[in-house]
Amino acid sequence: MSGDMCQVSCRVNGEERSLAVESRRTLAEVLREDLGLTGTHLACEHGVCGACTVSVDGAAARSCLMLAVQADGRAIETVESLGTEEALHPIQQAMWDEHGFQCAFCAPGFLMTVYCLLRENPAPTPEEIRAELSGNLCRCTGYTSILAGVQAVLSGGDAADA
Amino acid sequence: MKIPKFTYHRPTTEEDALAMLTEFGEDAKVLAGGQSLIPLMALRLSQPVHLIDVGGLRELAEIREQSGTIGIGAAVRQVEVERSGVVARAAPLAAAAMPHIGHRAIRNQGTACGSLAHADPAAELPAVALASDASFVVRRAGGERTVPAADFFLGYLTCDVGPDELLVEWRLPRSPSTAGWSVQEVSRRHGDFALLGMAAMIDTDADGRISAAALSLFGAASTPIRVHAAEKLLTGEPPSAALFDEAAEVVKGQIDPPGDLHGTVAYRKHLGAVLTKRCLGEAAGRLGAAA
Repeated sequence: MSGDMCQVSCRVNGEERSLAVESRRTLAEVLREDLGLTGTHLACEHGVCGACTVSVDGAAARSCLMLAVQADGRAIETVESLGTEEALHPIQQAMWDEHGFQCAFCAPGFLMTVYCLLRENPAPTPEEIRAELSGNLCRCTGYTSILAGVQAVLSGGDAADA
Repeated sequence: MKIPKFTYHRPTTEEDALAMLTEFGEDAKVLAGGQSLIPLMALRLSQPVHLIDVGGLRELAEIREQSGTIGIGAAVRQVEVERSGVVARAAPLAAAAMPHIGHRAIRNQGTACGSLAHADPAAELPAVALASDASFVVRRAGGERTVPAADFFLGYLTCDVGPDELLVEWRLPRSPSTAGWSVQEVSRRHGDFALLGMAAMIDTDADGRISAAALSLFGAASTPIRVHAAEKLLTGEPPSAALFDEAAEVVKGQIDPPGDLHGTVAYRKHLGAVLTKRCLGEAAGRLGAAA
């Protein structure tokens, strides 16, 4: 049964996409279900946990708190834009090296939050990193290894070829 | 979690938006950044039939500096207020509150006016509006009124904006360059809603005595509240740690905050005293700093 349908055109990971979506569906749902970009994870679905964080016009946003229609005309980047299994993005590699994640359900949100943070502020202080990551929940690690991962990105270009 | 069905509207002008509000009234909700409304809809606490998206209206996306006031339009994102040089200079209390709101990803999307119209008593901006004697410009098709902050917040998640009206601007008076300001809160995690918080401003006269004081609490009642008894105590006195301790005790005695599993009533009353001392201490240190 389809409700109120809207046409949405946006750039997703560098590719122009145009699709008809029901107005009540969130950006997260459309990324996952219509575009097959299941790297974006949904957990709390009301803006608390940060797992669904994506980049919207270069700035971190909760894709569960955004209707897909609101993405019309915007540029979206998801975790799929970062690296591949063969060639991890430096942030992914640093998290790997530091054993940043355990179950990694939260990882896509953390990775995109860090990605947006470092693009805006390439040399954040430890306090800034903690504040900027405070909106993302991890239930495995206690965060220490994730913060170590961010530090590892900052302290070396060698993370990418480890 | 699935958001209930609605019909989405994207007006291209403010006039269009007001016409839609006239047409749909109670059945409509205004969407700007969606950071308060979408979670309410996801939890099905709000089920509007029509959603009117004003987030893209350019005419409402400006921070306007007027002679005595700063106007923040309905579509201005919190991150823009946070980074605005105009706001930092002319309304430093508002600027100081911004980093406390939600998290970066929330502030990138959420609007200042949206948070104010949502009127969550535990949110920072309503308390800032009350402390700054700000006002709100509310429009409907063919009419406009300006509501002072003291009359705007009516109850839990309720403010003085009718079903056919739109909050178009948050109007902040230019803060005197001699004033000091502070926003402090205690929350379980940075960015979470505060267990209790305070937005405070003090100003001094030529003799160094406090000529004006505003102590505005959030999380203490069903709306933000000013503690007039403590403000009166401060006025006319030179700032001192002893005076601030006295004001803290008055605040603690005056408030009747709610208790829940995150903090008892007694703990929150205690926080009232702690935050009063922290806020007044910081505000006193900033007297004249915005000059």
